[in-house]
Amino acid sequence: MHSLAFDIAHLLAGGLVLVSFMMLYQDRMYALINVFALHAVLLAVSVAWQALVQDAPHLYITALIALVFKATIIPAALRRIVERLDIHREIETVVGTGLTMLAGMALVALSMVVMLRVTAAADPLAREDLAFALSIVLLGLLMMVSRRNAVSQVIGFMSLENGLVLAATGAKGMPLVVEISVAFSVLIAFIVIGIFLFRIRERFDSVDIRALDRVRRERL
Amino acid sequence: MAISFSGIVALLILSLAAPAIAKWRIASPTIYGAALVISAVLFVNAALRVGSPAADCVLPLGLPWLGAHFHFDSLAAFFLAVTNLGGAVASLYAIGYGRHESAPGRVLPFFPAFLAGMNLVVLTADAFSFLLAWEFMSLSSWGLVVSHHRNSDNVRAGYIYLVMASFGTLCLLLAFGLLAGSDGSYAFDAMHSAHDHTLAALILVLVLLGAGSKAGLVPLHVWLPLAHPAAPSHVSALMSGIMTKIAVYAFIRVVFDLLGPPDWWWGVLLLGIAAATTVLGVLQALMEHDLKRLLAYHTVENIGIIFIGLGLALAFRANGMVFAAALAFTAALLHVLNHSVFKSLLFFGSGAVLSATGERDMERLGGLIHRMPQTAFLFLVGAAAISALPPLNGFVSEWLTFQAVLLSPALPQWGLRLIAPTAGAALALAAALAAACFVKAFGVTFLGRPRTERANTAQETDRFSRSAMIALAAICLLLGILPGLAIDWISPATVEMVHGQMPVQRFLPWQTIIPIAQSRSSYNGLLVFLFIAASACLAAAAIHRFASHRLRRAPAWDCGTPSTTPLTQYTASSFAQPIRRVFGSVVFRARECVHMPAPGNTSAARLEVEMHDIPWEAIYAPLAYGVSFLSERLNALQFLSIRQYLSFVFLALVFLLLVIAIWS
Repeated sequence: MHSLAFDIAHLLAGGLVLVSFMMLYQDRMYALINVFALHAVLLAVSVAWQALVQDAPHLYITALIALVFKATIIPAALRRIVERLDIHREIETVVGTGLTMLAGMALVALSMVVMLRVTAAADPLAREDLAFALSIVLLGLLMMVSRRNAVSQVIGFMSLENGLVLAATGAKGMPLVVEISVAFSVLIAFIVIGIFLFRIRERFDSVDIRALDRVRRERL
Repeated sequence: MAISFSGIVALLILSLAAPAIAKWRIASPTIYGAALVISAVLFVNAALRVGSPAADCVLPLGLPWLGAHFHFDSLAAFFLAVTNLGGAVASLYAIGYGRHESAPGRVLPFFPAFLAGMNLVVLTADAFSFLLAWEFMSLSSWGLVVSHHRNSDNVRAGYIYLVMASFGTLCLLLAFGLLAGSDGSYAFDAMHSAHDHTLAALILVLVLLGAGSKAGLVPLHVWLPLAHPAAPSHVSALMSGIMTKIAVYAFIRVVFDLLGPPDWWWGVLLLGIAAATTVLGVLQALMEHDLKRLLAYHTVENIGIIFIGLGLALAFRANGMVFAAALAFTAALLHVLNHSVFKSLLFFGSGAVLSATGERDMERLGGLIHRMPQTAFLFLVGAAAISALPPLNGFVSEWLTFQAVLLSPALPQWGLRLIAPTAGAALALAAALAAACFVKAFGVTFLGRPRTERANTAQETDRFSRSAMIALAAICLLLGILPGLAIDWISPATVEMVHGQMPVQRFLPWQTIIPIAQSRSSYNGLLVFLFIAASACLAAAAIHRFASHRLRRAPAWDCGTPSTTPLTQYTASSFAQPIRRVFGSVVFRARECVHMPAPGNTSAARLEVEMHDIPWEAIYAPLAYGVSFLSERLNALQFLSIRQYLSFVFLALVFLLLVIAIWS
């Protein structure tokens, strides 16, 4: 049983990393949002599996949040934003897709090396999970860095947060997991609402970079 | 110890109450009077405690797992006595001087807080409370420095002081961190164990930077001549006379007490820095014509003298020469006491001049001995004491330092044998130059004829200020003619720090002091005093009898002196010119040039003097330039997009992970 539990957790976490990679090469807005929804669903399954294995029913709440909030509501909201702002054509990436993928692989390798070496004494289940979680966090950051668009940056941030939740649930007996996931969800909700209501795309250098340049020239 | 705590608490309450009553007419005498009483009680308490067994106490304040440790041993008692003596006299002076204060609300709250802070620094016995008290002391004195903040010079002085104080605290923080080690406790008791050689050297350097920047060691002295004169005069006296001594205390506490057995080369390092400090301080004082700045530069010089004593004590102690170490250490502590007394006296005198004339520039004073005879006489006593003239107190401690220098040939290391006489020579040079400097300061300020109208109409200062100065002058004389009592009083602190003491002096006939042996040297202040007093009286009587009363006829053209303007008098810069010629070209890269008008042109000739402040130009100006250059460059970072900031975060994260991956 233990070995099977380990394998399934491993599979789900690996799947999350794979979906993170899928996000990296999406160049259509709607496709990106769909992949993110898939990411959230996988996270929900993974957390639910951890809840079952660790016999920790409170984790089901986290799983439910992931399923309802991240896999359903937020993608729907983002779709509406994309429609409203009329930015569904394409995603401006800063570096090319191939280079981003290579960087992502390097990051996964880095997180494996770091985690497996640092946590040599820890529970093997938690160990693998942590290594995958760190990869997801780094890939999320990479996504935020390599996109210009505010919406895709938010998606990168949310996938980063998924990695954090994965890490928190993977470690047995981690306190305040549910609270953390709730807090993050609220934070993300605020960011999304912020984009939606206030159209703060200039702050995210998405549409009009010339505005920023103008401000800078005034300052200098 | 309970008395000390209640005194400190009372001072803090006074400081908190000050803003509420600052509007009252009697606010200033009330606050200063209360500070006087509290300081006097604290002084008596501390002075009697020297020699009693050490007391410890832990209060549940500060960090929860550490508490606030306090330790009251003889060294602390000695420094508390010095601090509170200065505090009491400054309060007494301020009862009168504070009346001239234009904005008492800016001075009154900080003054008692400053006193409380200095008391706390000496009492604390763990790194956390020590640094807290240290910063409290720095900040409250900063508040006093910028109390006249409309003057842009004062604001600049306050800024430089703040920067130097933070730098010093940072160095002390690092030093304590190293002392405690990675798993150590921050209580001083736990730091006593022996330390690794390189680590101890590093700690020594950090403490030299930290305490030295507060004390004014070259090249960290630049803030003293700016900040000390900027404060009101009684605070200048406290900062110059007392706060620098608190820094000396911090140095002694860490290096002599906590750091364990010294290496011999520590003495070389200390003596080199101290000798440079002494000479540079006095030379800069000679070039200075602002009375209070001149005094601040003399503080730099005297700190150098104290550190010469401490350096010798370290050198002797490293070689197990306990007795010689005790002599050098006693000399240093005695100079701490003496300097605090006569420097306060001199600052009070300059404060009296300042409040009477509104001038600090000597070139605009003169002839004040006729208007303010008592202040002039008291200033003269202070000037004689700081110039190390017997029978006053400055002579005794510098003489003892020389006696310690004379013991240095017995040291085994050549480095020490070379540097100790060099430091002695620097000390001798500094003493001579200090005397020249105070001839200038006293002569130009008080003698001759008034150079300005305000100097001509000056009034004698009030009786509180005078009584404070009289008390200090009396202490100068007492310490000078009865040095044996002071040496015996200090000796318990010497035993604590260098495990040895000087021979007991108290029972020697006629209050002679014999530091080493009868055959080598002895000094009797009482006899010197009696001789000087008798011969001076005889000479005065003779002159009065045979010269003054006789009818004299003077030539009509008396070299221009009795007639025309006061501008024909010797000025401060003309007095300093020979010394500027001798030392200036090297130390200040000074250059003079005379611009003569063309023949037939009736405009005035001009003498231009160009001088450079080498430490400032070589260290601080490039540093300031570098900081502003870097901040100009980094300013671009303020205007990036969110994605670029995120990239920085991302790269930093990846870099740190790489470090872990490669190193662990």
